[in-house]
Amino acid sequence: MNLVEETLKDAPKTPVQKYTAKDFQSDQDVRWCPGCGDYSILAQVQRVMPDLNIPKHNMVFISGIGCSSRFPYYMDTYGFHGIHGRAPAIATGLKIARPDLSVWVATGDGDGLSIGGNHLIHICRRNLNVKILLFNNQIYGLTKGQYSPTSEFGKVTKSTPYGSVDHPFNPLLVALGAEASFVARTLDRDPKHLQFVIKRAAEHKGTAFIEIYQNCNVFNDGAFFTFTEKDTKDDNVVFIEHEKPLIFGKERDKGIRLEGFTPSVVSLTDGKYSVNDLIVHNEKDTMLSFILARMSSIPNLPRPVGVVYAVERPLYEAEMSRQIHQAIQKQGEGNLEKLLNYGETWVIN
Amino acid sequence: MNKDLKNLDEVTIRFAGDSGDGMQLTGMQFTSTTALVGNDLSTLPDFPAEIRAPAGTTFGVSGFQIHFGSTEINTPGDMCDVLVAMNPAALKVNLRSLEDGGIIIANKDGFNEKNLKLAGYQSNPLEDGSLSKYQVHAVAITALTHNALADLGLSNKVIERCKNFFALGMMYWMFTRPLEPTIKWIQEKFKKTPELIEANTRVLKAGYAFGETTEIFAVRYQVKPAPLKPGRYRSITGNEALAWGLIAASVKSGLDLFLGSYPITPASDILHELSKHKNFRVKTFQAEDEIAGITSAIGASYGGAIGVTTTSGPGMALKTEALGLAVMLEVPVVVCNIQRGGPSTGLPTKTEQADLLQAVYGRNSEAPIPVIAANTPADCFFTAFESVKLALKYMTPVILLSDGYVANGAEPWLIPSVNSLPDIAPKFRTDPEGFYPYLRDEKTLARPWAIPGTPGLEHRIGGLEKQHITGNVSYDPENHEFMVKMRQAKVDRIADDIPLAQVEGDQKGDLLVVGWGGTYGAIKTAVDNKRREGRSVSHLHLKYLNPFQKNVGEILYNFKNILVPELNLGQLSKLLRAKYLVPTITLSKVQGLPFKSIEIENKIDELL
Ligand code: SF4
Repeated sequence: MNLVEETLKDAPKTPVQKYTAKDFQSDQDVRWCPGCGDYSILAQVQRVMPDLNIPKHNMVFISGIGCSSRFPYYMDTYGFHGIHGRAPAIATGLKIARPDLSVWVATGDGDGLSIGGNHLIHICRRNLNVKILLFNNQIYGLTKGQYSPTSEFGKVTKSTPYGSVDHPFNPLLVALGAEASFVARTLDRDPKHLQFVIKRAAEHKGTAFIEIYQNCNVFNDGAFFTFTEKDTKDDNVVFIEHEKPLIFGKERDKGIRLEGFTPSVVSLTDGKYSVNDLIVHNEKDTMLSFILARMSSIPNLPRPVGVVYAVERPLYEAEMSRQIHQAIQKQGEGNLEKLLNYGETWVIN
Repeated sequence: MNKDLKNLDEVTIRFAGDSGDGMQLTGMQFTSTTALVGNDLSTLPDFPAEIRAPAGTTFGVSGFQIHFGSTEINTPGDMCDVLVAMNPAALKVNLRSLEDGGIIIANKDGFNEKNLKLAGYQSNPLEDGSLSKYQVHAVAITALTHNALADLGLSNKVIERCKNFFALGMMYWMFTRPLEPTIKWIQEKFKKTPELIEANTRVLKAGYAFGETTEIFAVRYQVKPAPLKPGRYRSITGNEALAWGLIAASVKSGLDLFLGSYPITPASDILHELSKHKNFRVKTFQAEDEIAGITSAIGASYGGAIGVTTTSGPGMALKTEALGLAVMLEVPVVVCNIQRGGPSTGLPTKTEQADLLQAVYGRNSEAPIPVIAANTPADCFFTAFESVKLALKYMTPVILLSDGYVANGAEPWLIPSVNSLPDIAPKFRTDPEGFYPYLRDEKTLARPWAIPGTPGLEHRIGGLEKQHITGNVSYDPENHEFMVKMRQAKVDRIADDIPLAQVEGDQKGDLLVVGWGGTYGAIKTAVDNKRREGRSVSHLHLKYLNPFQKNVGEILYNFKNILVPELNLGQLSKLLRAKYLVPTITLSKVQGLPFKSIEIENKIDELL
């Protein structure tokens, strides 16, 4: 037993009493702009936490820099506001050292995909059991309105008065390309779905990557309104669910069908196609996950929202612990005296 | 045949060949055997940055120098007495470090037309008389190796690879060393390929027998054991010692060791070494980059482990922002910078001490970090141990400075008893009553270590300025100034806790030679030599570079002149002048090479 285990041996492993969302509100004033989508994300996270059956003292929220990265201050758990882009690396160190903790990363499109892109892809491929909430608002908020790596081509901002000539990232494809074992998209303005996805991520064993469309009402207001507002949402979003066909539309009269590898919208009312012709979502299908994620960049297709991909594969920290366990079984607990005297030694009288 | 046996007090040998010739291995074998027979010793590996530079070229030459003796040995030797040269390029590059009258053992077969041309020789130096001031032994090492292995049916490539052991065998004969330790090593190393055990052992023995029987070597040398302190010894390199020092600190403190590191020369061997010791629960994480190396270590420390990261100059530069974070968070992290020639990529495999100011000052804003340096390979053990101890006690990042010379060099080490190591007793805060993340210990000014998992201590920390005591984000002007001064005061207080600096030699006098880090052996040798000549000169070697030990000023004021030899343009000089307002004389060398003691002696002569 090391000193950490010794110190924490009597700490409860499950909550002593049932928490409420309020239990997760810290004493700090929330300082996002009024109307910011971050408020909803915070509220939904606080609402889901009591259902996870994890004591608050075992939860850690880690962030980098940006509006989204203020998140840990507002959660009454352990919180770590790091430096720009490095939250996944800090989380990796913590999770390796302390596999017993529930570790969460709050990041944004600039923090996670620009300055911290390297760490993000590496945590995904290693598959540490860390949950990553990426607040995508397609703009730099904290630095007051420059374009971000997810801003659309041609975006006019303070730093691109003639329009951005950067091609944007598709966060889902970045995560899938890095072989994250859980990849999902959800919406700040759909509390139920947001809660559902957060819960799914929490239950997943491995790196869970969630892209959350988040409205920055100050610098990029309405960037996602087509996908989040009542009038337009139904016709522009397809909610994907495991083992269910891809149906959408206000009247649920449209679906997504594959022609070769290319998805296209078909009508379910003109007699040509039925539900049986549609893509049936399978979270474990790697190839399908890429096709679904790609839909975001094909005009005239609805945005896929939901759990795109979820598979289980070995956890980095568990594999490391296993190697340590095996070494101890084979060689016995490390003995310093033995180490210092290992190999060739000689005595001088 | 009867050969003369001559006694020598000390000898320096340099093995040199192509980087593919196995010269490092040969040198290391000679080192272990020499240590086993009880000589004191010091080594200097010197290899090119390219893994396999084109064969036969001067920039592909790899060398290994060992200085051993029956007296105290503190440096790998200024000039060598024996040069083993496997090809013309090796001769060309190393001849300038051979004493006049020194011995050259050359592989005659390596001196073919092609290699001579590659090394830029117009004619064969083994034959044209240009080496007349040396004792030259041209031996057909390649051919003799082939002869020894003729009946084994091995490929030419495998046979060629054995020829370094022929040279090693000859040197074992010449300096009366036993073959057994190397034979044992061969058996262990090639356990899975018996034909290589046979081949290497045969060639080693053939080299030894060649010395014995051939006419060309008339003399054999004996170097008696050195009067080392009694006890059990081992040979150890700087990087090994550093790794073990960290493990020792982990064992003593009861905390797990976490290393986050990105491979970089000359620090990678620490990562390799620590990765072996999983049964000590060491967790090594090969990070995606230098930044992840340190930030993962910070994350691990935050969780209650000893977070360590290892690197060299360019990597250190990348870690700068995270160092500032560690200062702000006040978490215990140890950052080991194994310095190399710079700036930028610089001279990756060569040594330098030019990252001192970077370590002490190289961060944005006021970000004080304790800095300590290792003097010799074995000293890396204690330096690493001490770094962890200070980091835990003061809740601060600590920078440990080593360098390529110390890291790769080896020396005999009197193995310390585990009980003699100081205790490290870290404490985690568990009591929620009166807990504030930045409420400090009155004595050390350290903040509490409240690790996640502790009920009732949930709190938030980060890189934004903290309010004194509560740790809440604060933009208050007075609070910021207060906290800046507080962080400085905490580091300054370490001076009250560390042992006083010790002068070697008289406490007062005409000249004090002040050094730090890997120049220890060269300065000590120079000062010892001059003191034997009756000069008024003493030596002060600083292990603690931030803060300085309390009595450093007092010591400096007791000498008329202060000489500071450094492998940079005078960085310690600057620190001493700034803090103590004393004039210092800088002796600087920035060639990617350590000091020769004679260079320091000459400067001392000039000043006295
Ligand atoms: S700038 Fe935008 S993202 Fe940042 S807090 Fe304000 S509304 Fe939210």
